[in-house]
Amino acid sequence: MFEKLMNSFLHNFIEEERWKYIADGLFVTLQVTFFAVILGIFLGFLVAMVRSTYDKTGKLKLLNFFCNLYLTVIRGTPVVVQLLITYFVIFGSVNIDKVLVAVIAFGFNSGAYVAEIIRGGIMSVDQGQFEAGRSLGFSYFRTMIYIILPQALKNVLPALANEFIVLLKETSVAGYIALQDLTKGGDIIRSRTYDAFMPLIAVAVIYLLMVMLFNYFVKQLERRLRNSEH
Amino acid sequence: MNTELGKTPLIEVMNLTKKFHDLKALDDISVKIYEGDVVFVIGPSGSGKSTFLRCLNRLEESTGGKILFEGIDITDEKCDIDLHRQKMGMVFQQFNLFPHMTILKNLTIGPQKLQNKTKEAAEAEAMRLLERVGLADRAQAYPSQLSGGQKQRIAIVRALCMKPDVMLFDEPTSALDPEMVGEVLAVMRDLAEEKMTMVVVTHEMGFAKEVATRVIFMADGKIMEENEPGQFFEHPESERLKNFLSKVL
Repeated sequence: MFEKLMNSFLHNFIEEERWKYIADGLFVTLQVTFFAVILGIFLGFLVAMVRSTYDKTGKLKLLNFFCNLYLTVIRGTPVVVQLLITYFVIFGSVNIDKVLVAVIAFGFNSGAYVAEIIRGGIMSVDQGQFEAGRSLGFSYFRTMIYIILPQALKNVLPALANEFIVLLKETSVAGYIALQDLTKGGDIIRSRTYDAFMPLIAVAVIYLLMVMLFNYFVKQLERRLRNSEH
Repeated sequence: MNTELGKTPLIEVMNLTKKFHDLKALDDISVKIYEGDVVFVIGPSGSGKSTFLRCLNRLEESTGGKILFEGIDITDEKCDIDLHRQKMGMVFQQFNLFPHMTILKNLTIGPQKLQNKTKEAAEAEAMRLLERVGLADRAQAYPSQLSGGQKQRIAIVRALCMKPDVMLFDEPTSALDPEMVGEVLAVMRDLAEEKMTMVVVTHEMGFAKEVATRVIFMADGKIMEENEPGQFFEHPESERLKNFLSKVL
């Protein structure tokens, strides 16, 4: 039994240096996730600001309309379809790095969810905080930055962390545009060795470990934030 | 009282109106508030007294009339309200301290970010004022560690740190446990004695009688009666006020 597993391991990962598919794939997955998260936060933040400004003051009507359109389209269509459209339609006629395509597609996708999370956080901060900031003489924008957002972000940290875990796992569909991410890497090994168990389980374990590690850091961060609150 | 003729009022409210859809929350309010005045606004709930106060620094937008503050029409869309608000301290019923900042940070963020004071200068001034309200030892605490009375005293200090020309109080003791009302009123009394111009919306009739230079009675969005406190409480003129006082005194 053990010997059989060992042989399978050697066959799938060591022979012909097949572990490199996993390692390279993991690097691509991390790259895509990392930059997509940054793009997602940036977009989500902007959209949340526009939407909550509209909710609170009725200003930015036109921008709010476009933000709503963006949210509706992104949240109403599957991410795989968005990825395919980004690659084959939007960037169909240009020669562009697939990693970049994936970052853009997943970043724009994540941005929509991040936006609603942050907006929820902003709206959950007591209106009195807003009035206190304004009554001191802070502009709408500075009240947001100094007073509302620090409280809002703390409230939504668990939801944001969850969104990034979802994003990390969602990038596993990058194979649809023939991007060799972690999942695709494992699948390539499977197609070479005709052994499904070892490479796919390895891929699953790596995802699981990454998510657990990330969860651990988030818990630490949450605890630190809670401590500062008293 | 500084209501003698020829002096320009610090705040002049002219025919102020505020409509919520069809409801007239404020109906043609005109008031002059002079430097050093301590104006108390009383009335039944729903009379528009809080709305009136919140219109003074435009936390609530009026729908008609004008408010001149230090000679400038602050209801004008073109005026920079943020600048004028720095000169109008406001104290809320629910304190509204910033829970993510220490007390000291609550007090210094305004002067530092809005008046370009150095951290040292802002903190020195904050500590001086904290000393006066007896809370210097809580400078590094967070708002959630304080009692209601302490929070409200801090909220008053936060407004004072901006060196305002007028202080607006929106039912400052209504959310407090009874045994904490006194400490907040004491701070307000000190302010009044220092000739700070104050507009106070409250249900504390005894305090109004003692500290006010003028009392305004509001009902149904209108000013029903306005007088110096002695006359106001001893010899109310309108039936509405007589009725109201008989219920609350």
